[in-house]
Amino acid sequence: MSNSTLEVKAISGHRGGTPGGGHYRQPDGSTHQGVSREYDVCKLVDTTTCIGCKACEVACVEWNGYDFHHTTLDNTYQTMPETSWNFWNLIKFNEITDDAGNTQWLMRKDQCMHCEEPGCLISCPADGAIVQYTNGIVDFNQEHCIGCQYCLTGCPFNIPKFNSATKKVYKCTLCSDRVGAGLEPACIKACPTGCLRFGSKEDMLFEAHQRVDQLKAHTSWTNAGVYDPEGVHGTHVIYVLGDARDPEKYGGLPANPTVPIFVRLWKGPLKWLGGFGIIAGVLGVFFHRVRYGVKHLEGEEEERKP
Amino acid sequence: MSSGTITRAGTAPLNEVARYSFAERAVHWIAAIAYVYCMVTGLALFTPFMYWMAAVLGGGGTDRFWHPWVGLVYLVTILWMQAKWRWDMAPIPEDKKWDRNLKYYVKNQDDKMPPQGRFNAGQKLFWKGMFWCALILLITGVVMWFPELMPRDAHFALTLFTFIHSATALVTIALIIIHVYMSVWLEPGSLKSMIDGGVSPRWARTHHRLWYEKMTGRKS
Repeated sequence: MSNSTLEVKAISGHRGGTPGGGHYRQPDGSTHQGVSREYDVCKLVDTTTCIGCKACEVACVEWNGYDFHHTTLDNTYQTMPETSWNFWNLIKFNEITDDAGNTQWLMRKDQCMHCEEPGCLISCPADGAIVQYTNGIVDFNQEHCIGCQYCLTGCPFNIPKFNSATKKVYKCTLCSDRVGAGLEPACIKACPTGCLRFGSKEDMLFEAHQRVDQLKAHTSWTNAGVYDPEGVHGTHVIYVLGDARDPEKYGGLPANPTVPIFVRLWKGPLKWLGGFGIIAGVLGVFFHRVRYGVKHLEGEEEERKP
Repeated sequence: MSSGTITRAGTAPLNEVARYSFAERAVHWIAAIAYVYCMVTGLALFTPFMYWMAAVLGGGGTDRFWHPWVGLVYLVTILWMQAKWRWDMAPIPEDKKWDRNLKYYVKNQDDKMPPQGRFNAGQKLFWKGMFWCALILLITGVVMWFPELMPRDAHFALTLFTFIHSATALVTIALIIIHVYMSVWLEPGSLKSMIDGGVSPRWARTHHRLWYEKMTGRKS
């Protein structure tokens, strides 16, 4: 991966086109800058080969320079109940009893999914606080973050986390700093079983489907499937789930995530209705004055007559 | 000196009818400043086309910090005005005819309007509207103030409240546009009454006949 993979595709709270981004119309009429789509990056998480070693958790905290802190014991092997502002990568441990009465121990690496249609970016009012690169990485720029936490409202995966001391929101960057320098994300580098893989979206999808076919043919995971949710136009972190019928049982992975309907209405129709409504209102009262004049006091009209 | 005329220390009595006390004017302008601050900072957070207003007022983070606090100040002034004017804002039989004849009021054919008390039926509507909107803004606003405390199971409510907060704020902006236009431009004497406290007897008789009669004791 070269630096060109970090061309900006979309910017939060930004009016107009995106400088250097894919939304500028090219002279030939296309709206993408050609090569950028070839470099869609993707993380593949195969839940069927994850052993819950948490090497990825350690690698994430180390690379991003955060201190280790106290874990929360809730009688599972899970480090804490959910990701936090300085802990972006969490293995979720789930004990499930299946239909046949067998106990399954499911592990899933929870982190930002890097949605193709990111609810956080759509919600964010601060110019440049959230950017989506053409390679699919959705990244937060804390220097522009204003702490409004609209991204929490927009995210279908409960990922952005607020730090009340800095009044800013943090989440997984998909190691955009490493990817921009041609390296794989830290979690990928640390994984000992190969259940984490990194590459182009096309390649990862191919590998994921190949693995699903293998699971169906040779294991008892006959309901295996790939998790690449359509509702957010696909994600740049995809899962191979042993049982794709019910993603919820993998630590609350939403079955059909979308940007919430009221966030869409709020950042879509309401924004335009509000903007044009205010302009129409101001013009309306102006032309009311021009048409009907001021309100006169009793007797004024008579006095004006000669 | 007849009741209803105001005097100022050391000056001759002005031939004016006292309309707003100092407390009423002060609270009104605190409300106005608080509302405008919340409106401008709110619009900055609402649409990228207004985000530059955030920079003017000290940056987005400053906006986000002060907007809820100033909103609480605004709420207090709204509650004060609700209590203070509750009798003057009570409906009277003439209000029905006023509502029916609204189209003449809009066309400035004020001779077709029924006599009104201290506040006309339109002002009563504005007073009620701003109160209910303020309550909705408070409830939804408190949730948006601390979204990190919202349980994830109630995430749908967070998205709904955020939408309602913005939609309600837009309703208040519509009301405010009419309110400011009428008092500053359409009705000479209104703005002055909220600054100096008094209106001319003629103004009082034209716009608030029943109140004029009560204040001056004169039948017209």
